[in-house]
Amino acid sequence: MRLSDCSLAELGRLIRSREVSAAELTEHYLERIERIDPKVRAYISVLEAEARRKAAEADRILAAGGGAGPLTGIPAALKDNICLEGAATTCASRMLENFYPPYSATAAEKLLRAGAVVLGKLNMDEFAMGSSTEHSAFFPTHNPWDTDRVPGGSSGGAAAAVAAGLAPYAIGSDTGGSIRQPASFCGVVGMKPTYGAVSRYGLVAFASSLDQIGPLTRTVADNALVLEAIAGYDPRDSTSVPDAPAGYAHGLENGVRGLKIGLPKEFFTSGLAPGVEKAVRDSVRRLEALGAETGECSLPHMDYALAAYYLIATAECSSNLARYDGVRYGLRAPARDMIGMFRASRSAGFGPEVKRRVMLGTYVLSSGYYDAYYLRAQKVRTLIREDYERVFAEYDVILSPTAPTAAYRLGEISDPLTMYMGDIYTIPVNLAGLPGISLPAGLTDGLPVGVQLIGRHFEEALLYRAAYALEQSGVFTARPALAEAE
Amino acid sequence: MAEVEHVALLARLQLTDAEKEDYSRQLSDILAHADRLRELDLEDVAPTAHAAPLFNVWREDEPGRPMERDKALANAPEREDGFFKVPRIV
Repeated sequence: MRLSDCSLAELGRLIRSREVSAAELTEHYLERIERIDPKVRAYISVLEAEARRKAAEADRILAAGGGAGPLTGIPAALKDNICLEGAATTCASRMLENFYPPYSATAAEKLLRAGAVVLGKLNMDEFAMGSSTEHSAFFPTHNPWDTDRVPGGSSGGAAAAVAAGLAPYAIGSDTGGSIRQPASFCGVVGMKPTYGAVSRYGLVAFASSLDQIGPLTRTVADNALVLEAIAGYDPRDSTSVPDAPAGYAHGLENGVRGLKIGLPKEFFTSGLAPGVEKAVRDSVRRLEALGAETGECSLPHMDYALAAYYLIATAECSSNLARYDGVRYGLRAPARDMIGMFRASRSAGFGPEVKRRVMLGTYVLSSGYYDAYYLRAQKVRTLIREDYERVFAEYDVILSPTAPTAAYRLGEISDPLTMYMGDIYTIPVNLAGLPGISLPAGLTDGLPVGVQLIGRHFEEALLYRAAYALEQSGVFTARPALAEAE
Repeated sequence: MAEVEHVALLARLQLTDAEKEDYSRQLSDILAHADRLRELDLEDVAPTAHAAPLFNVWREDEPGRPMERDKALANAPEREDGFFKVPRIV
């Protein structure tokens, strides 16, 4: 078995038994990145020197014996909106092209302390705004299953890197589906944890009430292992939840017998591609065969979720991105006066999708429109949250497709609203702050299809248990040809 | 169009004529989609600001160690004598 096919548990065992050194494993991945990434373009920056230094440090710890944890010496990669001290953190934007954060995000710091070797920073839609990674200001990322297609987004680089074997795992962020939808398009496992489970400190803010950091991995067990490492209370994030339950892998192998799974009828409607529906229905049958009880449920306000999301997310975006003024960091364009400098800098630094969202958010918060749009959207957010609460009184888990289609072609969708529609199954989960996981459920025309499991607040362990049962049923074992290339 | 220019000023953006035209059309489309929220009776519904059950997060009022000045200034496009430098304001 090649190293790039190993699970994190297998890699950890090889490393701790010293059959493979952290340096060898790191070189294996750096070689793959050099050879395969020109076709995928998952990485914005590769940190060869720093990765080699960290690997050597891990090998010293391992040689000394003791002090090694499950992730010690294992490479990882970070979406480029997660601050890493000493490495450019660009958010795939001209605005931050030369930004070197003076501190690391808590999630990154936790991984470094756990002995992770960071290989590099991953491509994304600019400031995490987009669903295809085509809105990167630098270059698009290609789907490893078909390089003419998008990897999804905004964590497209993260999903593509894991799918192509260019990183054993990656850390992404999800505001309306940005971990789960690319995981679905690339055939990997992506978890958007409960809002408040993972510290957002050092995650460049897009929409603060929705953003959450989470792992992208090849397997469900890997995902639980990584979440365990990055989650936890952090006083530096005031929305970090104290006393959240740990033990995300607890009961992983306990199966789904007696588990009540709700299938929201609003998520199985005409907009769903037949190949996607077929794969998702197959997952339902597999879970039933394993002893789960399924039934149709209803989330009646889902038709309003997309509209509420784009009002709330853009309002928060316009407010968060006000900080890019060319004064303290980021791009500055010359101008004679202060306002002129702000306007010139922001117009030169932001790409079209970011400008569009800043404009929309500014509009909905502007005098005279606040009640009509923003306040109304926040009230609808309450109705959506209550929809889930009603279903969770009866069911343990909600199952749905992750996205209405498989990966589309680069350049295929140019209308913004059409692209936003691709997030209809993931967005309501962020509005309600719930955990949601996407795992591969099959192929349609050679492209992966994701199935999404949604749980109650802080019931990630239950989602992992159900996802693990489905994964172990053999629902998906394919790898992209590109990842196999020697 | 005048509205787009007004919003661009509020957002501190300087748009080209082509951008103004595009955004004017695209934002109208998105807002038309958002108008479906008017179908709902929201009279007695409380707004949700965020989904975590956290209120009034306090900490002890004790001074911490601030970031060193040089580090905080390291990414500044322009600086002088330990300060951020900006175009003339008055």
